[in-house]
Amino acid sequence: MTKQPAAVVGVGQTHHRAKREDVSMAGLCREAIDRALEDAGMTLDEIDAIVVGKAPDLFEGVMMPELFLAEALGAAGKPLLRVHTAGSVGGSTAIVASLLVQAGVHRKVLTVAYEKQSESNAMWALSVPLPFNMPVHAGAGGYFAPHVRSYIRRSNAPTHVGAIVAAKDRQNALRNPYAHLKNPDTTVESVLASQMLWDPIRYDETCPSSDGACALVIVSEDVAAASPNPAWIHGTVMRSEATTAAERDQVNPQASRDAAAALWKQAGITNPLEEIDAAEIYVPFSWFEPMWLESLGFAEENGGGWRLTESGGTAMDGVLPVNCSGGVLSSNPIGASGMLRFGEAALQVRGAAGEHQVDGARRALGHAYGGGSQFFAMWVVGAEKPSN
Amino acid sequence: MRDVAVVGFAQRQMEEFDGSPTCVELLVPLFAECYEQTGWTRRDVGFWCSGSSDYLAGRSFSFVSAVDAIGVIPPVNESHVEMDLAWAMYEAWLKIQTGEVDTALVYAFGKASAGVLRRTLALQLEPYTMTPLWPDTVSLAGLQARAGLDAGLWDERAMAEVANRSLTDAEKNEYSVRKGGSSVEELLARPMYADPLRKHDCSPVTDGAAAIVLAAGDRAREVRDRPAWIGGVSHYIDPMSMGTRDLTRSPSTARAAAAVDLDGVELAELHAPFSHQELILRHELGLADDVRINPSGGALTSNPMFSAGGIRIGEAAQRIWSGEVSKAVAHATSGPALQQNLVCVLGSTTEGASN
Repeated sequence: MTKQPAAVVGVGQTHHRAKREDVSMAGLCREAIDRALEDAGMTLDEIDAIVVGKAPDLFEGVMMPELFLAEALGAAGKPLLRVHTAGSVGGSTAIVASLLVQAGVHRKVLTVAYEKQSESNAMWALSVPLPFNMPVHAGAGGYFAPHVRSYIRRSNAPTHVGAIVAAKDRQNALRNPYAHLKNPDTTVESVLASQMLWDPIRYDETCPSSDGACALVIVSEDVAAASPNPAWIHGTVMRSEATTAAERDQVNPQASRDAAAALWKQAGITNPLEEIDAAEIYVPFSWFEPMWLESLGFAEENGGGWRLTESGGTAMDGVLPVNCSGGVLSSNPIGASGMLRFGEAALQVRGAAGEHQVDGARRALGHAYGGGSQFFAMWVVGAEKPSN
Repeated sequence: MRDVAVVGFAQRQMEEFDGSPTCVELLVPLFAECYEQTGWTRRDVGFWCSGSSDYLAGRSFSFVSAVDAIGVIPPVNESHVEMDLAWAMYEAWLKIQTGEVDTALVYAFGKASAGVLRRTLALQLEPYTMTPLWPDTVSLAGLQARAGLDAGLWDERAMAEVANRSLTDAEKNEYSVRKGGSSVEELLARPMYADPLRKHDCSPVTDGAAAIVLAAGDRAREVRDRPAWIGGVSHYIDPMSMGTRDLTRSPSTARAAAAVDLDGVELAELHAPFSHQELILRHELGLADDVRINPSGGALTSNPMFSAGGIRIGEAAQRIWSGEVSKAVAHATSGPALQQNLVCVLGSTTEGASN
């Protein structure tokens, strides 16, 4: 038996905020789920199985929260899976949900990913002292800053490229009604004037901490026939590499390059820059846009990425619009951030992205990474049914 | 559906593991055993998936260190569930069904002794109204056992019979933490631990890890003369709330059983961490009286968190490989008082497994 076609026919997300004190965890998830089901024209009763994803349980202080959430999520009496693969989890969760359809096991699968960071303290959750492990004591920004410095040195990037990314994504977020940050005054100059946190990463070049959720409805070919605009899944990939190894290249990890190569091959893409119409790339710190552009094969290594960004190529009207939704830099409910990338890619090829729609987008990339750049999850979705 | 079989299995179970909560030191030799059984190297593995819990390890991203045990240079196709090994195996089974890969190695680990397990598991409950009361696992199981006793569905003797059989069978299992059967009378004379549960009605706190190897079609036949073919695998979840479900039943188990074919099953490995839970499971699965239950001693004698469910699948598979039985069912549970359940049917032939 071969892989069954699968498509996204419903996308839902919450209004992302620093603190969603108006809803419980269940309420937060249901806000996204109800929107996804409405989009799909389905009810919860029709759903065959539910896949839940989120980052570490310590972020909310509940061990395996999907167990207590099962009933509120409509999973009681159904199969439920819980995925956890670090920051890439939102993407991995969507991929596991698509597996259920592609394997021919289910026809209508609901997947939801969330993070309610305000329930706990993410910084604390990531700072539990571990025996025989070097403490970072600097948060994710402190961890990634050396990788960014290394990229700048290798590629001779001008130091304002990060600010270009941050200003672009914050402006894009103004077109997304669900985005957390709405800062109309953000410009390259204002980003460069913001506080330096972890050299070369300034305050305005970092993602916020958000409460939020994202949900997708993924269905089989026969069910998708009823949808006016299904986003067909053309390829999915997950890759992991070692956390600690002398030969690791954290700037352009092999797991990222391998994942991209496998993904383009699955999706039948030979020239990603030409063939992908919109990309939602996981960029929690501005400089990761040019870094991932190179790693994903959209641009030449050691400089092609920042040149593409600097030229305006990743803007809404550029050759490759990147993060038209405002991206992780504008909303970061950690566990949901990857699924938001996957869902926003689906919205683009469905022509349903509203004010941040890229005209005529036919194929889009959804991308997520996690850990210390060692976990990757990606997919390509398209307006046409895949031929392979 | 593609024919997929369990072709490798390795386990470690112990009272107290003298090593890190990420159990890397346990996983490396387990993988080595899997390679020895299959004749593979890690590059023959198409997909990896693990199961574990951050709360059990007392840290975020506990699975990240475990991935290092694989030796992930070059990078691998890998995933993780915050669930028992049995569900990690389910994800791998799906992956093989898509045709993307033909082989998978799944593993899980947990060092329950690093904290006070019954208290840690209270953090699994509804956080707004239940966890603040800190109802622990043993007490909740006690309530469940009491509900069945009061309803006349089982008695203390039936519970002691489960314990005595399990402790007797555990004598032949090198990995069982608690072993040594005596008699139903002697067990009933022992003191109460959490009324109506005696200590032997509750699984011991156990550290451990396990790994299962899956292969499709001819890849499975290359490894073993008698692979344990997966005839069906199904899982469901019930609401958690103790107040709204009938604790003497397990509808999710019954539903999972209805989705597979249990006809002609000779052996059942049931993941019942408490003696009365085996009685519930036997009823929901509709197992005949002559089905051999838990020849390994079961979870009542050794219950490493996050691998004990998958170990049931491995134990059943071993008895298919050896020719001892031709069809078996394995079960895994998760959540308080049998909330979530998975059923997996294994057979010595691809037809026999699903018919």
